[in-house]
Amino acid sequence: MATTEEVKKLATLARISVEDAELEKFTGEFDAILAYVGQLEKLDLPQGSGGEKAPLHNVMRADGEPHTPGAYTETLAMQFPAREGDALVVKQIISHD
Amino acid sequence: MTIMEAARALRARELTVRELWDECALAAQEKNPELNAFLEIFDADDTAIEAAQRRIDTEGAAAPLLCGIPLATKDNILIEGKYASASSKMLENYRATYDATVVKKLKDAGALFLGRTNMDEFAMGSSTEHSAFGATKNPLDPTRVPGGSSGGSAAAVAAHLVIAALGSDTGGSIRQPAAHTGIVGLKSTYGAVSRSGLIAMGSSLDQIGPLAKTVEDARILYEAIRGIDPLDSTTIPDDLHDVSRGGDSKKLRIGVPKHLLAEGVDADVRAAFDALLENLVQEGHTLVDVELPTSSYALAAYYVIMPAEVSTNLARLDGMRYGLAKRGEKLLDDYVLSRTEGFGEETCRRILLGTFVLSSGYIDAYYRKADAARAVLRREYTDAFQKADVIAFPTTPSPAFRFDEKSDPLAMYLEDIFTVTANLTGMPALSVPMGLVEREGKKLPVGIHFTAPHQAEETLFMLGRVVEKTLHT
Repeated sequence: MATTEEVKKLATLARISVEDAELEKFTGEFDAILAYVGQLEKLDLPQGSGGEKAPLHNVMRADGEPHTPGAYTETLAMQFPAREGDALVVKQIISHD
Repeated sequence: MTIMEAARALRARELTVRELWDECALAAQEKNPELNAFLEIFDADDTAIEAAQRRIDTEGAAAPLLCGIPLATKDNILIEGKYASASSKMLENYRATYDATVVKKLKDAGALFLGRTNMDEFAMGSSTEHSAFGATKNPLDPTRVPGGSSGGSAAAVAAHLVIAALGSDTGGSIRQPAAHTGIVGLKSTYGAVSRSGLIAMGSSLDQIGPLAKTVEDARILYEAIRGIDPLDSTTIPDDLHDVSRGGDSKKLRIGVPKHLLAEGVDADVRAAFDALLENLVQEGHTLVDVELPTSSYALAAYYVIMPAEVSTNLARLDGMRYGLAKRGEKLLDDYVLSRTEGFGEETCRRILLGTFVLSSGYIDAYYRKADAARAVLRREYTDAFQKADVIAFPTTPSPAFRFDEKSDPLAMYLEDIFTVTANLTGMPALSVPMGLVEREGKKLPVGIHFTAPHQAEETLFMLGRVVEKTLHT
């Protein structure tokens, strides 16, 4: 059973704010969904079945042919909500007070 | 008009590329206010239209079949310079800075882009009701949903506003709307089609694919977009793509997991399914019983793995570099305000669910268990393919439902019960119309769904063509 406190905590972790009025509804829906996915608990998996995944390997490529420096800067910077020249403007992270 | 018919008419000079574009654009402008299939209908790109015409004039039959054909793309596929919002307020003002690989391939083939289509926000939903820009209506019955999340693409094709369209499929988002609108939809083998330039939802599940009026059209579009891509390291090398597989054995063994169909499927949908299988037997194909015991846990595993990937993928949307940017007192406020205002309810729900299943203390019980179930499921399917060439289901348990009918999130999730497995196993699957059922005096289409082993898309196309022929005779 999920509690409103738990859902609120998850929302904080996910950087989303959920109104108190919404919280109750969300928690109820959450419970129903967790009850459904909770049926996985009943699933008996053979020993070591977690190790049967498809073989994974990294796909590497050589670091060649870099694009011209700055070729995409303007295109990308045009999407910035606020900019100074080619730099993205954000709030100060460490305050001095 | 299908891709094949349009390509023939263009080559026979019965139609110019410009006339074909104008016809589609006019139909789209006329019908879109009612259907809301398109979020944006693009202005004619004169250069592209003229280039396509020139290519057909000079190359004739050698020109790619898609040359001069107007297509629509789902709003989570990037076209350089165009908006790509994924039907979210979060990306309402975002203009794509590059072409998705599939778009680049289609541009190279001379295809034209008529517009970007509506979808459930970030592809999360099965009805297109979760779009931040209003729901899309089903052209066959406007009181019903077109399915989702690629509902805009499905509605645009079914209403003949465009010749074919691209969608994306994470748990059924191409196949389910195709079934609900009476068209064909393919989710290819994971890695067959590049995901570069697709706004990510569940990266281990997502595939871009075609929604088309015929199996042949779906094949043409799929062949045009598939292939290895250095920008998506999960794409499959071209030498593993085997077009001959299944091509010569014309008579197929169709696996039917009867134990999964015993309940939950509407009686008339089941009857249409059984009748079609009976026709296929008369055509010389054989039915075999297959057991897929872990399948009953597939949806539960999916609703752990998918939200986990969603919460990770959508963490990048923070209001800093692009998209919605709300500003508060502190940096943290900027993140929270942007995400709270930018994301809709279903998106938030899945982000929270994903955050939960990945959190310390729960990751073993949920995520790792689901991941293990996924591996078992894959093995069961591989075993079943020892005695069957394809596995058949109805695409959905019921035809298209009414707006607001599935306001409970869990009821909506159950729409994907038959389709999610192909995403979990990475296997290709095709939905083809299998007949009509009646609801409140309206005849509504339902689809049959075939899953094949990895890379066996050709088997699906072959069987899909047989189904089309069976229904039309």
